[in-house]
Amino acid sequence: MGALISVPGEFQHLAEKTGFSLEQIGILHRRFQQLSHGETTIRRENLRSIPDLSCNPIRSQIIQAFFDKRNFQQDGEGSVQEIGFEEFLTVMSHFRPPGRNLTPEEMEGLRREKLRFLFNMHDTDNDGTITLEEYRHVVEELLSRSGALGKETAKGIADAAMLEVASISVGHMVWAHS
Amino acid sequence: MSRLVFFTQTYSSMPCRALPRMAAGLNSVSERGLLLLLVMMFLASTVLPIGAASSPEMTTRNVKGGHDLHQEPHGSGHHNYTKKAFPVLSLDYSHVRIPFEISLWVLLASLMKLGFHLIPRLSSIVPESCLLIVVGLLVGGLIKVVGEDPPVLDSQLFFLCLLPPIILDAGYFLPIRPFTENVGTILMFAVVGTLWNAFFVGGLLYAVCQIEGTNLANVDLLACLLFGSIISAVDPVAVLAVFEEIHINELLHILVFGESLLNDAVTVVLYHLFEEYAGVGSVSVADVCLGVISFLVVALGGILVGTIYGVLAAFTSRFTSHTRVIEPLFVFVYSYMAYLSAEVFHLSGIMALIACGAVMRPYVEANISHKSHTTIKYFLKMWSSVSETLIFIFLGVSTVAGPHSWDWTFVTVTVILCLVARVLGVVGLTYIINKFRIVKLTTKDQFIVAYGGLRGAIAFSLGYLLDRVQFPKRDLFLTAIITVIFFTVFVQGMTIRPLVDLLAVKKKQETKRSINEEIHTQFLDHLLTGIEDICGHYGHHHWKDKLNRFNKKYVKKCLIAGERSKEPQLIAFYHKMEMKQAIELVESGGGVKLPSAVPSTVSMQNIQPKKSPPPAYERALPQISQGREEEIRNILRTNLQKTRQRLRSYNRHTLVA
Repeated sequence: MGALISVPGEFQHLAEKTGFSLEQIGILHRRFQQLSHGETTIRRENLRSIPDLSCNPIRSQIIQAFFDKRNFQQDGEGSVQEIGFEEFLTVMSHFRPPGRNLTPEEMEGLRREKLRFLFNMHDTDNDGTITLEEYRHVVEELLSRSGALGKETAKGIADAAMLEVASISVGHMVWAHS
Repeated sequence: MSRLVFFTQTYSSMPCRALPRMAAGLNSVSERGLLLLLVMMFLASTVLPIGAASSPEMTTRNVKGGHDLHQEPHGSGHHNYTKKAFPVLSLDYSHVRIPFEISLWVLLASLMKLGFHLIPRLSSIVPESCLLIVVGLLVGGLIKVVGEDPPVLDSQLFFLCLLPPIILDAGYFLPIRPFTENVGTILMFAVVGTLWNAFFVGGLLYAVCQIEGTNLANVDLLACLLFGSIISAVDPVAVLAVFEEIHINELLHILVFGESLLNDAVTVVLYHLFEEYAGVGSVSVADVCLGVISFLVVALGGILVGTIYGVLAAFTSRFTSHTRVIEPLFVFVYSYMAYLSAEVFHLSGIMALIACGAVMRPYVEANISHKSHTTIKYFLKMWSSVSETLIFIFLGVSTVAGPHSWDWTFVTVTVILCLVARVLGVVGLTYIINKFRIVKLTTKDQFIVAYGGLRGAIAFSLGYLLDRVQFPKRDLFLTAIITVIFFTVFVQGMTIRPLVDLLAVKKKQETKRSINEEIHTQFLDHLLTGIEDICGHYGHHHWKDKLNRFNKKYVKKCLIAGERSKEPQLIAFYHKMEMKQAIELVESGGGVKLPSAVPSTVSMQNIQPKKSPPPAYERALPQISQGREEEIRNILRTNLQKTRQRLRSYNRHTLVA
């Protein structure tokens, strides 16, 4: 939980940690203030109140990703109810494009990080695997815009997708620690 | 035709390996022979009636017969009249002449198309357009040998009858998303590129003409600029014809093709501007300003006219639920009216046609029946195909016919300048454009764009329209135009395919994406959108979303019939698909069985081996049938909202709002 940061010195620390430039951090900070209505932390309701986000089929997962401890780069588990600016920035930093001069290992690491983020979004029960149920849930969310497309179809699609994956690899999608 | 069938059946039943190949050769020889025979017959019958109709004997004979019968009551004692036998069989060609000849030409064109595809190797080496021009040359030569005057590609015929189907086909099926994503680049190439080409070619040509030694000193500047503007426009017909066969990736295709469509406005304005002032002999600054304004009027006016007609067509289609049969007619007639209306005001007819087709399509497709949709699609494809074939054949015939005035210097300099101008233009523009693009255009892309700038029949027709009195050098211009067209279509058209392969340019993604790829791509799309919304960055497509929302709220309610406006597009699609599947099921005798029993977590025991598993895994999975997979893909693709461009990396703009 970060204390109220309006001092540029703190931004420097954040800039180093997340890789954003100071200008970008300033803009994001303003947005954070706007979302939290001047408080130091934001809750899920704050994010849910964004009007454009309401059209998004996977908004609950996106919002959840912000409160998921695993994305805070601190090897945490579970989720929190409110986050501060530092966590907000950390989650956002997953979407930074890679810098120009990265070595192949750094690129690889960056890629894994982003994939890890995505994986965490799917793996809602924090057990390190994505089961068919979770995947089905993802597909249902994606198709949820048109109400008439029932659960059956979504189920069928998720099953077919799982089959496809399984034909290339095996069983559950396990995050291989290597 | 039954002889062909006989041959194929006999030879295909042979079990021997070598025989089918020989059989194929024999087949093609016999088929080729038969086709040539048919062609000769048709040609002969084309040529002879033309000769017969112009001969005076038949007509006078009729007149004489009439005279005899007329004189009969006066010469009562005269037994000079011959009682004419009642004509059981008579020949009167003149009153069906024009439709007959048109039909013959169309038939010839279609037979040629048929013939090319029967010869296996030929269509893979030489693009169809080249072959058709060669056929045109042959036919023209034949007609000339017989002694008749070969018909020239009449500009009226071209612009009013042959061009609209092709453009409508292109506009109706224009892939909107890649087009709008790249519209900035396309406009740059179309407007700035064409202007650059026109002035570069025109100016330098004039400079060359002034050199001593060539006897071209009387070609004045404005005539040269006019020529430059005619020759500089990339031609959509030629581009379509060649690019269709090389299956290049979507981006390049839409770039070159979009450019060829949008440069029409520029060409129209430049052409009229220079034509007007070439008589006067000078262009003032005021005229240039007027020209710029005229360009805006022409382009925007054309689009406006097209949009109006498109909306009208969409609105009409809302009420056609009881008269399904004439639904396609509305699409065609409204579009053609849009084209003609734009031409009335000298606006850009091509842009009107494109706008009309693109605007009316989503609403019309929601309203019309499945059968009408198929009808529209295939009629458009058929007409545009026939038109294209006819255009190329006529181009060949006109080459033989037209009065030529060959001048080595002028023609070679023109060809070289066109190439140079194109390359320089593309390279220069790309340098500027790449500063604004995320997906930059690589050198390979630039090469293909430059190389794909083919000229075609539009340039020829515009040149043909030039007034001979005002432009004494018209024949010279025409010859040069034809040479450039031939050069681009033959040399560039034939070599572009091996070059594409050589440069390993990314081809169109033939392999469909797997289901997982679809799901994940859409997931990422939505994710990026959501993140953008959270960080308050409206992004490139904010106005697009606003347009979509406006579309959904107001426009769809007006233009789409009844309950369908509330129905998401997917449901209509789903219904159509269900019906199609039911039909397929009945036709195949209820064969397709969908795997319904799938374990909740994929268990790997006791399943049949799949086609190519990695050797470590012996276990495999129940196959998803092709039909099911296709269905799923289609559901995913159409249902999942495409809110943002998928190629975009997130931080396209820096976070400075």
